[in-house]
Order: sequence, then C-alpha cells, then structure tokens
Amino acid sequence: MDVLYSSRPLWAVLVSMIAAFLILATGEKNRNIRESWTIMAALAKFLIVFSMVPVILQGKVIEYTIVTFYPGLLLQFRIDAFGMLFGVIASSLWIATSFYSIGYVRGLNEHAQTRYFFAFAMCLSSTIGIAFSANLLTFLVFYEILTIATYPLVIHKESKEGIMGGRKYLAYTLTAGCVLLFAIGMIYYMTGTLDFKAGGFIAGSGSSTVLIMLFAMLIFGFGVKAGIMPMHEWLPTAMVAPTPVSALLHAVAVVKAGVFGCLRVILYVFGPGLLHDLGIWLIMAYIASFTIVVAGFLALGQDHLKRRLAFSTINNLAMIVVGAALLTKSSMTGGIIHMANHAFMKITLFFCAGAIHVKMHKDYVSQLDGLGRQMPLTMGAFAIGAIGLSGIPPMSGFISKWFLCLGALEANQIIFLFVFMTSAMLDVAFFFPIIYNSFFKKPLDDVAPHFDEAPMFMVIPLVITALLSIVFGIVPDAFFRFFSLTSLAVQNIMGVG
Amino acid sequence: MADQFAALIIVVPLIASLFVPVIGWWKKRLCYPWVVAVLVIPLISSLSVLNTVMTTGKFSYRLGGWAPPWGIEYMLDHLSAFVLVIVSSISLIVAIYSKKSIEDNLPEKTVPFYTLFLLLVTGLMGIVITGDVFNLFVFLEISALSCYALIAIGEEGAPMATFNYIIIGTIGACFYLLGIGYLYIATGSLNMADLANILPDLYHSKVILVAFAFFTVGLAIKAGLFPLHTWLPDAYCTAPSAVSALIAPLMTKVAAYVMIRLLFTVFQPNFSVNMVPVMPILGWLSVMAIFWGGIKALAQTDLKRMLVYVVVAEVGYIVIGVSVANRMGLTGAILHIMNDAVMMACLFLVVGAILYKTGTREIQQLRHLNKKMPFTMAAFTITALSMVGIPPACGFFSKWYLILGTIEAGQWVWAAALLCSSLINAVLFFRVIECAYLKPMEPAYALNGGETKHEEIQRDEAPLTMLVPIVITAAGVILLGIFSGKIISSVIQFAVPASF
Repeated sequence: MDVLYSSRPLWAVLVSMIAAFLILATGEKNRNIRESWTIMAALAKFLIVFSMVPVILQGKVIEYTIVTFYPGLLLQFRIDAFGMLFGVIASSLWIATSFYSIGYVRGLNEHAQTRYFFAFAMCLSSTIGIAFSANLLTFLVFYEILTIATYPLVIHKESKEGIMGGRKYLAYTLTAGCVLLFAIGMIYYMTGTLDFKAGGFIAGSGSSTVLIMLFAMLIFGFGVKAGIMPMHEWLPTAMVAPTPVSALLHAVAVVKAGVFGCLRVILYVFGPGLLHDLGIWLIMAYIASFTIVVAGFLALGQDHLKRRLAFSTINNLAMIVVGAALLTKSSMTGGIIHMANHAFMKITLFFCAGAIHVKMHKDYVSQLDGLGRQMPLTMGAFAIGAIGLSGIPPMSGFISKWFLCLGALEANQIIFLFVFMTSAMLDVAFFFPIIYNSFFKKPLDDVAPHFDEAPMFMVIPLVITALLSIVFGIVPDAFFRFFSLTSLAVQNIMGVG
Repeated sequence: MADQFAALIIVVPLIASLFVPVIGWWKKRLCYPWVVAVLVIPLISSLSVLNTVMTTGKFSYRLGGWAPPWGIEYMLDHLSAFVLVIVSSISLIVAIYSKKSIEDNLPEKTVPFYTLFLLLVTGLMGIVITGDVFNLFVFLEISALSCYALIAIGEEGAPMATFNYIIIGTIGACFYLLGIGYLYIATGSLNMADLANILPDLYHSKVILVAFAFFTVGLAIKAGLFPLHTWLPDAYCTAPSAVSALIAPLMTKVAAYVMIRLLFTVFQPNFSVNMVPVMPILGWLSVMAIFWGGIKALAQTDLKRMLVYVVVAEVGYIVIGVSVANRMGLTGAILHIMNDAVMMACLFLVVGAILYKTGTREIQQLRHLNKKMPFTMAAFTITALSMVGIPPACGFFSKWYLILGTIEAGQWVWAAALLCSSLINAVLFFRVIECAYLKPMEPAYALNGGETKHEEIQRDEAPLTMLVPIVITAAGVILLGIFSGKIISSVIQFAVPASF
C-alpha cells in the first residue's frame, strides 16, 4: 500500500488544541474573539481533514510519526479509510456544533463559558487523534485525553447531579482506561507491535484462552464509552451536561470513539479470520443484540427527552457493533456507514432537544404537545432525524439498516434480522409519539400559536444536519464521500481476512 | 574539563553552606540570593556531566587524585548523571520557591534554614555521585542529619516526628553501615567497581548474604518502603513547606537510586535476582505499600497529609519496577524516579503556596481556589492528572513501562496493583479538584445562608517566587511526558544495567 508521509494529520490534531489555549487566553472578556477561535479552528480542522480525503480514496495511507519509544512502540498517526471516515464525521459536525454551542450558551447565559469552549476544543483534538491513530498506544493516549477533556463538560452545571454524573463518568471510563492499558501492554508483550492492520495482526501470537481474554478486556475498555450493556450506566447520567455537549460528545465524539475502538479491535486487531476461529464473534453479536433490544425498551420508559435519546444512542451504537461482529461484507458496510448516518441524525435530535430547552425550558417528552406549531423547523428536523433512525427511506438510516439486514442474511444468522427489525419497531415506538404529540395534539397553554423559533444560531445548524440526513439517504456518497470511504475500508479488511 | 564539573557538584554547595552563616550574620536577606546563585552551579555542572556521559560514555573522578580502590572515586554513568540532574534541578527550583515561604514560616531561622538546605542538597548529590560505599554512608548521614534539623523547625508536632525519624533513620543508616562492614571484612574493598569485581566469587559466603540483607533493609527504611515507612508521614507532613517540597521528591527517590545501584551494580543482577529471593519480597512489599499508601491517603482530610501517603505509594511504584528485574520494568522505575520527583515537587509546592495564601490545608476549605489562584490550581490539576496517569503527562509513560515490566515478569497481581493505584489516585485527586473548582454543594449553601453565592471572588495568586517554580514544574510534567521517548532513548536505556 502506498504511504504518503505528511504532517497534515498532526496539524489536524493540533489546530484545535492550539485554539483551546487561545480560547483560554482570550477569556470571558472578549467573547466574540473567543468564539471566533472556535469557529476558525473548526473550519481549519475540517479543511485539513477533508483535504486528505482524495489521497485516501486513491488507496493510499497518510503517515506521520510523532515519537518512537522502543522498536514497535511509538506514537504515530496513520490515516486509512476507516479513520478518515471518523475524522470527517467528527470534524464536519464540530462546525455545526460550534455555531450551535454559541447560540446555546448565550441563549441560556451559561456560566464558565471559557472552560466550556476550551474543553470542547480539547475533546475534538483528541477525537481526531483517535481517528488517525496508527496503533493501540496512540489510540490509548488520545482516548485518555478525551476522557479527561470531557469531564469538565459533563460537570458543567456544577450541580450536585452534575458532579455525581461526573464521578460516575470518571469511575467508568478511568477503570476502562486501566483495563485497556493492561490489555495493550499484553499485546505488545506478545506480538512486539501494536500497529492496526486491516484484517488483524495478533492471530497466532498466543493461546486461544489468552486471546479471548484480551478480546474481552479490549471490548470492555472501549465498550464502556460505546455504552454496550452492562457498561452503559454512565451515559444516561451524563445527560445532565449541556445539550451541545450531549450532542457532539454523546452522539459523535465520545461514544463514537468507543465504537470506533470496538471496531478497530474487531476488524483491525483481531480480524475476521481470527474471530471466526475463536468463535467469539457470535457471542459478541449476541451481547450487542441484547443491548439493542433492552436499550430500545428502556428508551420507551424515559420521559426526559435527552435520556430517551441517550438510550436510543446506546441502541444504535450496539447496532454498529453487531454489524462489525457479524463479519460479513454487507454487515461491516452497514455498521461503518451507520457511524456516519447515526452521527448526523442523532446530532439533529440532540440539537432539537437543546433548542426546545433554550426556547421553552422544557426537557420532558410529555411537555411537547403542539410544539410543532411554534417551532416547526425544530420539530420538523426532529421528525426527520427520528424517521431516519427508525430506518425508513429516504433517510440515511435506511441505507445502514438495509446493509445490516443483508449482512445478517449473509452470515446465515436470521435471528439478527429479527433483532434489527425489533429495533426499528422500537425506534418507531419511542420516537413517533413525540412527533405525533408535537404536531397533532392540542397545544399546551404555554405554547405560542405563531412561529417563534429558537435563536438562529441553533436552528440553522440543526436544519442543515437534518437536510444532510436526507441527502445521505438518497446519495450516500454525497459531499463527504462516506460511502466510498466505507467500501474502501471494508475492501481492505476483506482483502486480507 | 568535565572532571572538574563532577567535583563542583559537591564542593560548591558544601563550601557555600559554610558561608551562609557568615553572610547571614552580615546581611540576612542576602542568604536567599546566595543560595539560589550557588545552586545554579551544580545544575550546570550536572547537565554538563550528563552531556559528557551521553557523548563519551561513563567516566570516574578521583577525589584528591588518589587512585581507587583506596581513594574515593566519583562514578559518573548514565544513571548517576541522570539522577544528579533531577536532584540539582529540583533543589534549585525549591530554593527559588523558599523565599516567601521561609519569610512567612520561619523569619527567625532563615540562616540556619539555608545552611541546612545546602547541606541537605550536598548530601543528596553526594549519595548519587559517589562510587564508594562508605563515602555513600557519609553523604547519607549528612543528608539525614540536616534533614532531621530541617524537619524539626517545622510546625507543631515536628519535634516528635523528627524524633521518630531520627530513631528509625539511624537504625536504617546502621543497617547500611553494618552491611558495609561485612562487605569490607569479606572483600577488603569499599569501591563499588572494585566490589563488583571481587564479589562474584564470594556469592555463596554467608557474610555476603548477611551484608546484602542489611543493605536491603537499611535502604528500604531510607526509601520509606512499606512496612518501614512509619517515620515518613509525620516527618514529611510537619516539616515547613519548603522543606517538604525538597525532601518529598528527593529523599525517597535517592534511596531508590541507591537500591538500584547496590542491587544491580555492586551486586550482579545474577545474584540479586536469581540467588536470593529479594525481588519477590520487595515486589510484594511494594504492592502493600501502594495499597496502604492509597488507603491511608483516602482517609486524610488534610491535603499535605494526603500527599505524604501518596509518596508512600509512589515508592511502591519505583520498587516494583526494580523488583520485576527486566529492562521494561527498570526503564519504568528510572523514568518514574524523574517523573515522580517532578510531580511531587509540583504538588508540594502547590500545597505550600495554598498554605501561604489561605492558611489552610484542609481539602474541604479549598473552595473557589480556581478563581483565587488560577495558575496554582491549573498546575495542581495538570500534575494530578499525571498522577492518575493521563497522557501526555509524564505519569502515564512511567506507568506504561512499569506495567509492561510486570507483564513481562508475569506478575499479574503487581500489574493489578499499579492499575488500582491509578484509580485510587483518581479518587484522591478528583476529590481535591472537585472541592477547588466546583461550587460548594447544597449543604454548604445552607450554612452560609446563600450569601457567598454572589460574592465576587478576587484573584489572589501566590507571589511570583512561588508561582514561577510551580509553573515550571507543571510545565515539566507535560514536557517530560511528551519527550519521554527522547529521554528514554538517549539516557535511560543506557542507565538500565547492561545485563538486562
């Protein structure tokens, strides 16, 4: 494979880190300058990331070594199609979230805004670092930075609830980090390398018991952030964070980093061949399927809108993991492309929840009656996202569900077809009442009968992401080339395994 | 030229310490600039020595021109030069910091403080630089005696703590001295290199075994390794801020250095690892140190006392790295000597600054400190994250190598202990961070009648002489992490004994 050596990956990571410190230095007094750093960094980051897409699509990889410790032990960036996909998702959605955040924190006159934007930029920096990591050590380094950078955002409200949520978040993620550290140390000791390789690299380096144990540890470590049951507890609790945080971090950066890690482990560390031999792919798929169904049912019972969305996130992430765990071409395609599709749809939904919170100060599903008349754009976008997540064409959710179902059939595991179907039903069941209530029910007293939307800073981003979810449903390869990247990644993996 | 630098490292602070009373008798306020200026020389010298060692390899300096093994020899290899740089830089940083702290705490005792300070630094650097086991004992006593005196001028309870420390510290020194005596009887030599040549033939002698046991116990006492750490918490905690900031990072680390030196240079790894069961014993004791230190730290409400117990746990880290006895583990141990020195220096400096500004060390009373002392608290947070093991701070990297070492040695429980320790540290430090950064929780509102809620909090940062050292060490925590690869490839990999 052609390798292009370039420092662009490093800059993609650094640009938001530099911006983070500029934000800190600018401080509360010059809010507009501070926000302009965020916006500029977001745009710059996206341009840098996106400028590398054509190179990746030519089948090359881009490499940059930061530092070498020992042979085989180094911090290195290497961008392949899969990493690129995640990089593009995160950096493109950061732009939307930046604008939205400005509207949100100013709309609510939040405290500690500097800290908020600082932590946000650090998060994005580490997310891109995760996306571009060439090996498990680099991955772990950025994964841990992400853990810590998210903490100030989770406890942003500094209420008792927020602090407790923060503690729970740290307890889960730091434990996971320790387990990962140990597992990665083991892998280095066994193989002498930690580099991701399409199709896996640790086959044959240890007895099957050891390998299964390592697999369990790695999936535990990454699964905590991905919210795979029973490690999901922190995610709904962390919904006390401000909505843009939930939006970007819980739909895109943090949990996606977890899922990205799971997929890296399944496809790039162990590889389809080894997982078939060990016979653990099916167990993995069953565990994730359990998560899909249970999270769906739990979502039904949530009245708090953001908590409902959180369970829907858990449900969808597990779907991505199942897609990878089924190890067939279509299921992988479905799983990987769903990372992108879910990101756009879920961020729309969270944006809507935030817009409702800022405009109406409402957080509960039961308070939304008739809101569609006052906030047609927001609720319309919400409807698009919800329909998409239920897997109904022409939204992008349909594309991923279609491939996932095909994958289940290819793997000769018809039961997963039913899991996906059940999940789609549950999605409909917990999303459609919201749409119905907001558009067709008699408005509550406090809902204005005329058009009165949230600030434009918030509405425009959510309309754009909603429209994009439709576009990706019709032309999956539009703009960001998600589909090409996905099929290239799958090709790489299948080519070896 | 480099030879002379090696001598300067010891001679300059030693002679200068004798001048402090004279200068103090003339003008008291000149003591501080004098000490700071003097300590720059060992730093420059040790950097130059490290540079020489890196370019031309190890060399020795014959004190007074007497040829070893009769004369005293300074042995400068990668390991000792590396530790020398750590000791000299930390002591310079603490010296810069000491000004306000001493003016505040001990205005009457400035002169004796700085005299003893220089003597302590001399002792510590002497321990590291010397290639003679008896000379090492002399320096050990110089550092210990000046340390007892420095601790005893601390707050209430310090004399008692010092008394404990003197008793146990002297026992430790005696053990060490007895070990030397036995070695001398058996070999007739006190020079480390010479001993290393003679000893292999005598490995089966009971005398050598006893000497080895005495060394190990004596150094374990000096390093504060569980269960011989009992002197440490009270002594470190009651000492004046500037003193704790010097001894907490350096004393135990230097003892750990001597341990590596004796176990793997004077005695061959072959003996220490394969012929006596000392490694498993040290390893398991370190595991207990980690848990005991961690649990005791969790129980503390006083920030400094909490940190003191963290020191106990951190000793366990280093000793685990030694006792896995492989390349990765020792890399981790040596790296951690540096990392822990910097982290501990930063944390104790911060505690001193908080005490200076707010007059309290109670964790619960640190509220709003992020507004009052933003830079100090930022430094604290960075170092705390490093203690938890978050990259790119340096703590992550030493933890990583230590874990690799335990994996290679197949010591799963030790690995688990290291991992648990990061989690314990996370609880410890996030508790402090929560108190300092986040608003008080509901009950506290009620106590203040909600009045403090809207109170504007004024920035009240520590004075520059304190803040600059704090910021330097905090930046060091990050930079040493980022450049740990460079440090390992250019120094530490040669500092690990070649037989691994």
